[in-house]
Amino acid sequence: MNARNLVIIAVLAAAVVLLAFVPSFTNGYQLSLAINIVSYTVLATAWTLFSGPTRYVSLATVAFFGIGAYTVAVLGEQLAWPLVLLIAFVIGFALSLLVGLSTLRLSGVYFVIFTLGLAELVRQLVTWYEVNITRTLGRYIFLDVTHAQIYWQLLALAVTVFISGWLIQRSKLGLALRVIGDDEAVARHVGINTVMAKVVLFAFSASFMTLAGAIMAPRWTYIDPAIAFNPVVSFQVLIMALLGGVHRLYGPIFGVIPLVMLFEILLAKFPNHFSILVGIAFLLIVYAIPRGIVGLIEGVQLSLRKAKGAGA
Amino acid sequence: MKFNGKVLLGLAAAAALALSAPMLSAQDAAPKVIKIGYAISKTGPNAGGANITQIPNYQLWVQEVNAKGGLLLKQYGKRIPIEVVEYDDRSNSEEAVRAVERLIEQDKVDLLLPPWGTGINLAVGPTFNKHGYPQMTFSAVTDRAPELAKRWPNSFWFLGTSKQYIDALVELMVKLRKEGKINDQIAMVSVADGFGIDLSKAARSGFEAAGFKLVFDKSYPVGTQDMAPIVGEAERSKADTFIAFSYPPDTVAIVDQARLTSYAPKVMFTGVGTFFPLFPQRFGDNAEGVISLGGWSKDNKATMEYREKIRKLVNRDPDYWGSQIGYSSLQMLEQAIERVGKIDRAAIIKELQTGTFDTVIGKIKLENNMPKDAFWLLGQWQDGLYVGVAPQRPGVADLRVPKAPWKK
Repeated sequence: MNARNLVIIAVLAAAVVLLAFVPSFTNGYQLSLAINIVSYTVLATAWTLFSGPTRYVSLATVAFFGIGAYTVAVLGEQLAWPLVLLIAFVIGFALSLLVGLSTLRLSGVYFVIFTLGLAELVRQLVTWYEVNITRTLGRYIFLDVTHAQIYWQLLALAVTVFISGWLIQRSKLGLALRVIGDDEAVARHVGINTVMAKVVLFAFSASFMTLAGAIMAPRWTYIDPAIAFNPVVSFQVLIMALLGGVHRLYGPIFGVIPLVMLFEILLAKFPNHFSILVGIAFLLIVYAIPRGIVGLIEGVQLSLRKAKGAGA
Repeated sequence: MKFNGKVLLGLAAAAALALSAPMLSAQDAAPKVIKIGYAISKTGPNAGGANITQIPNYQLWVQEVNAKGGLLLKQYGKRIPIEVVEYDDRSNSEEAVRAVERLIEQDKVDLLLPPWGTGINLAVGPTFNKHGYPQMTFSAVTDRAPELAKRWPNSFWFLGTSKQYIDALVELMVKLRKEGKINDQIAMVSVADGFGIDLSKAARSGFEAAGFKLVFDKSYPVGTQDMAPIVGEAERSKADTFIAFSYPPDTVAIVDQARLTSYAPKVMFTGVGTFFPLFPQRFGDNAEGVISLGGWSKDNKATMEYREKIRKLVNRDPDYWGSQIGYSSLQMLEQAIERVGKIDRAAIIKELQTGTFDTVIGKIKLENNMPKDAFWLLGQWQDGLYVGVAPQRPGVADLRVPKAPWKK
């Protein structure tokens, strides 16, 4: 078992090293596509980190992503880049603790609605501040960060998210979360501090999203609340994670890659029918593969094993 | 020796081939098409603006150029038709950046047309600049335009800065005050979004510097539907001048509300939408006297012909601000390409920066990548036409003040 784990770790490490060389053999567009895939991988995996085990569906992704982008817009030109990222992380963490403590007692559909509202609330707060205090709505980000650097940072962030997720799953916290996901009442009765467990995990998940927003911001030169807090991002992350499968940490990757490619093809071949085709694709995903691609694969594996067992 | 001779012969032959090849290809291999690409908002919140101001211009221009047989490239001594590659940026900056990269790297387009809106034009700015494509924006108003033109010499900012519009407005108002036609009080409302905030900020400092008093100054969120409280308060402020930096739905709501309560300020300025074709359709004679951005030359045949062509193409009028300027920018691009005679983007940018061009709005010469005194900054509805009233240039119409009372 240990040897097998070592092999897996070695293969994954080699894959990351290979991926790090992507900028040197792609053109600008392909790199752009790679950035898109890695950034959605970070977001969808961070989303799954919290929503997978707890089964709390969050639509607040873009609230944190946008806060990250705004942190860069405000501080980017004044502070050193690592410091900006650190501040973005801290802001994301602090805010999500606050939000988590006040809302994670909600459950089911109430939580979904609240998170959707949270993204809008943050957007309106930023708008109000900019309109009444700074008197400018758009902010300019002139930073000399190349696309390759953005890609590498996102890749490093993705690795961090996976390692943290793996460590959490193996910790007491991970066990607690699985119990909560299965039955929260039981979890409380066996003495798990359910609120604390959820809040801590929510904060980690949200701060990774914040970091992703901060890393992406220099690509846009200009941001305003509508650009930074675009609700479509939250929905895309959700559907990507669901397509991949949320009961495994690596599941979302299997949703991110096909969907990014699908969007790209639709956009290129059917620029005038994009929305309706995406809608149809979503319907198909939800009805045909409710447990995601990973669930589908595992299902097939399971039935193969059963068939084998029956044969022997 | 023998071996060496063969090698030398081979080398000589190869060299001859290598030298002659580019000359041959330059003569013979005229491209079949000139690929022109654009990513624009076909869906999402920006789609409305893109559909009125920008997309019809692109369609009309490509149609007209191709009807002539294409762009005349001297290098090949013939006309080469345009082929369009278009994407939807879904009103999203990140999508726009990727779509433009795709156009450049995958589709290998020869030239790019700009997307719609300030934010998205700024987002794709670095990409246009990195690859050296001219970016002739005509739906972006930003006070950083001069600085941006310096940072990205390939970028052109046809609509300029919000300050230039406010300067023109202040000048008109100072004149009216001197003539005793208005008092020095102004009621101003603005939408809490890029357009409203930029212009109201410039207006606040501009009017105060000119000795006007802002007796009412309020912003409202995007999507506000009930304008009664705002218009009511503006009316009670007793200001002679009412200014709204509004978006199309609010512009309509404000004018509706003013008509309902018979609020007739002497000077009435409303925002985006005033110069849209829907405005006179909805308000008829009551549109008379309303002032806004943009403006049309009533005795310029070329712009009138242009309006007819757009009408035929999309079955509605162009807007009376950016549309004509956008079409002119495309004519400039066409002339610059034909003068250069080949797809040499650096030379085309240089020609755009320095040349003088004939367009539907008249002769244009750029100064620091922005047109100077080339179009109307402010217009007013007069006798069913949205005529230019500022700046003072040939063909300027006299401002009609006070605005006529509302007809029910």
